[in-house]
Amino acid sequence: MKDIIEIRWHGRGGQGAKTAALLFAEAALATGKYVQGFPEYGPERMGAPVQAFNRLSDKPITLHCGIINPDFVVVLDPTLIKSVDVIAGLSDTGAIIVNTEKNAAEMKKELNFSGKVYVINASKIAKECFGKEIPNTPMLGALVKVTNFLDINGVLEDTKKKLEKKFSHKPEIIDGNIKSIKRAFDEISG
Amino acid sequence: MRVAKTGNEAMAEAMRQINPDVVAAYPITPATEIVMIFSQFVADGLVDTEYVAVESEHSAMSACIGASAAGARVMTSTSSQGLALMYEMLYIAAGLRLPIVIGEVNRALSAPINIHGDHSDTMGARDAGWIQIFSENSQEAYDSMIQAILIAERSKLPVMVTTDGFIISHCLEVIDTISDGDVKKFVGEYNPERYLLDIKRPFTLGAIDLQDYYFEHKMQEAEAMKDSKKIILDVASEFNKKFGREYGFYEKYKLDDAEVAIVCLGSAAGTTKVVVDELRAKGIKAGLLKPRVFRPFPYQEIAKELSKVKAISILDRSDTYSAYAGPVFTEITSALYSSNMQIPVNNYIYGLGGRDIGKEEIKNVFEELVTIAKTKKVEKLIGYIGVRE
Repeated sequence: MKDIIEIRWHGRGGQGAKTAALLFAEAALATGKYVQGFPEYGPERMGAPVQAFNRLSDKPITLHCGIINPDFVVVLDPTLIKSVDVIAGLSDTGAIIVNTEKNAAEMKKELNFSGKVYVINASKIAKECFGKEIPNTPMLGALVKVTNFLDINGVLEDTKKKLEKKFSHKPEIIDGNIKSIKRAFDEISG
Repeated sequence: MRVAKTGNEAMAEAMRQINPDVVAAYPITPATEIVMIFSQFVADGLVDTEYVAVESEHSAMSACIGASAAGARVMTSTSSQGLALMYEMLYIAAGLRLPIVIGEVNRALSAPINIHGDHSDTMGARDAGWIQIFSENSQEAYDSMIQAILIAERSKLPVMVTTDGFIISHCLEVIDTISDGDVKKFVGEYNPERYLLDIKRPFTLGAIDLQDYYFEHKMQEAEAMKDSKKIILDVASEFNKKFGREYGFYEKYKLDDAEVAIVCLGSAAGTTKVVVDELRAKGIKAGLLKPRVFRPFPYQEIAKELSKVKAISILDRSDTYSAYAGPVFTEITSALYSSNMQIPVNNYIYGLGGRDIGKEEIKNVFEELVTIAKTKKVEKLIGYIGVRE
């Protein structure tokens, strides 16, 4: 395995790409890994395409440049595929995870990508688990499964702790989010 | 404790643990979060700090100066245009010998307007009489903030600790924090030798000082900067003894037996380390010298460290618009010259306005150095990395 795993998130402003990258980073830390999480800062607006990034390693990470050749790409919003080159820099040995209703074969064709393509209907899972079509937390679960680098139970525990701090007044949101991560982890296909 | 913090969160956390008497600040991207988080600490009663929300950075530094002169332990944070707006007051803080600490997030200066990381702002203040400490990452920013308050108070000079805007200020990474109790013990109580609110021992501060004494006072300021070198090393050594992390004027990375070396400040040094490792694996003796303390400038020490290297590239994340070179280049080459060293050197300006510098670009610099080391000829003295011409 490579020393450092690099991940790129694609979303739209407001969908929580940055939050997901930061949650993923904190969860990785909780499972004993070294990690970076950083957004791409541009003239971002609600609905505009945004990117966020993660690096993961067993060792301290000193790299502080942008991520050009990610090992994994996560797409929170499938409508981005038409306007953003989501597979840019992704090698054939890498993998892409898309939040979509389509199956993996259809998505593979749409992306015209020869590497691994995984699909998960994260928006549906989010809607069913906590009533809002915010796909970022279920996508965490999908990413944990595909990267196969973090312990899912550690991730669930840590994310629960983080959400408990943030949403102490809305316990139903916490359980729903945790359930959504677990479901995406179990249901992802490719 | 191992936690995930951005550079801004790390600086704010250090400020919480230091618990200064006064923070006067005006928020500016990308340093906004530092005072935003800190003002929440104030609102939540986690610190005893008097937080002064002012209407500009000029006022922020003015309020810091007033509070520090009155005898308070004072901190603030700013970036870019904010530091530039403080310019007048920066010299006054240093001239009055007030131990104020700034958490400064390096950002480009306008125009054209740009919010991203480069060293133009901090380099613009390099002759203001402030101690300047650059951080490669959040860990260094956190540790240096804690050391800075002691360095400032012992040297009676203001200190700015910097991180690279967005690259570090907004990058979440793993750092080791120190317990509140240990930080409290380490920074201790501030007992100024004299202060304006000490009504039993009144004195005049900030009086006019013409041909008769101005020069003596400025020379004392220059002497204080020289004396701060020992203080910086002493504080680093105390920090290392207590918390097990080593700091000095600079960090050497595989430099001792290096034939070619890069000198650069801040976050780019971290990326350079990875390139050094990759080149070493191929048998190229590459190394890095990362200045941490830029003011005072440890010219003899740096020259000595570079004495055995066959070719050096000095990278600058700011330009001087002098039709010559970047500020790090002129300092390092002058240090080599005054130490009677003739080593082939070149200068690269990189990363202005947050332009990314990756492994490839740094590798190209090293490869050019390998040629220079062989031929002893510098074809191009000053170049630019990653810019369209």
